[in-house]
Amino acid sequence: MRRLTARAGRWWQHPAFGRGMREMAAVSPGLAAWGMMTGVAMVKSGMSTVEAVAMSLLVFAGSSQLAAMPLIAAAAPLWVILATGFCVNLRFVVFSAHLRPYLMHLPLNWRLFHGYLTADLSYVMFTRHYHHPPVNEVERREQLAYLSGGSLFNWVSWQGASLLGIALANVIPTHWGLGFAGILALIGVGCSLASSHLRRVAAGVAGLAAVAAYALPLKLNIVVAIASAVALCLIIDASWPKAPGSPKVPA
Amino acid sequence: MNGTDLWTLGVIVGLAGVTVLTRCFFFLSNEPWSLPHWAQRGLQYAPIAALAAVVAPEVVMVQGQLVSTWQDARIYAALVGTGYFFWRQGQGQAVLGTIVSGMAVYLPLHLGLGW
Repeated sequence: MRRLTARAGRWWQHPAFGRGMREMAAVSPGLAAWGMMTGVAMVKSGMSTVEAVAMSLLVFAGSSQLAAMPLIAAAAPLWVILATGFCVNLRFVVFSAHLRPYLMHLPLNWRLFHGYLTADLSYVMFTRHYHHPPVNEVERREQLAYLSGGSLFNWVSWQGASLLGIALANVIPTHWGLGFAGILALIGVGCSLASSHLRRVAAGVAGLAAVAAYALPLKLNIVVAIASAVALCLIIDASWPKAPGSPKVPA
Repeated sequence: MNGTDLWTLGVIVGLAGVTVLTRCFFFLSNEPWSLPHWAQRGLQYAPIAALAAVVAPEVVMVQGQLVSTWQDARIYAALVGTGYFFWRQGQGQAVLGTIVSGMAVYLPLHLGLGW
């Protein structure tokens, strides 16, 4: 335990920890607006303050919270609510497959801790920076420091905004549409990922597929969209002449 | 309606378990295992695909239908935000600028003109 505490202290001091926080800070205004509207929505769906606060602090997953609210209000069976949450969160299962080689050097409780805190943006920012899993202790510490900084900043700003939304639920009208700032934050992060032709193709295909398959229940359109974009990009990638050692497609 | 009940709190704890299960799905087990090579290559497209899949319906759809009017503030806000990002070529606080410029278009159109 002392060893872990000492290591935790080193993440804190590592420059990558601050970098992770700063880069997350750049997208946090949009996320905060989104978190606040999630807080407002929980109270408006009929949850008590205690329930809304517990949901925000424990569940910590905006999209599955939004999906669960009407089901809780309608007193749907427990397994239906949990299955819905699982399906809405399926993208995290994909993310966890990606993150596995980055985190397997940690003991299980720390993997659970980091996994739990790694929401969409923490994952996206982290994998944008680190294209390969760490190969030595120096890289392991840097990557973990960056991930921790981003995740913790994200957690604090999301929770702060969500609790504020719960407190102000009866003052902020939902028709202002402040939650759209969250979509703009995701657009900005998406643009920063569009670093190769094939990634832009992936974005276009996924966007079209998500709209086309929107009628699917449980937000399964998102899973269909990811799967079709990844599959198409793999096919294009395999049939294209490759630059050595680079996944990028020549212009 | 706004009373706290144990069933709801139980559901919330269950949903927290779902968050942990899905976010940690592939690193719960210590067994040595690795993704096939093609899947590792494919995963580099997953983050941008996931973002686009979440964002696109939120910009161009209303209640499950494609928008049928150009008088929709979200479309212009998304275009201006994206335009700002590429104008700044992603440098500096480009993501923050995307949010601010997009909202600067969105709020007047949405609240002022009711788009």
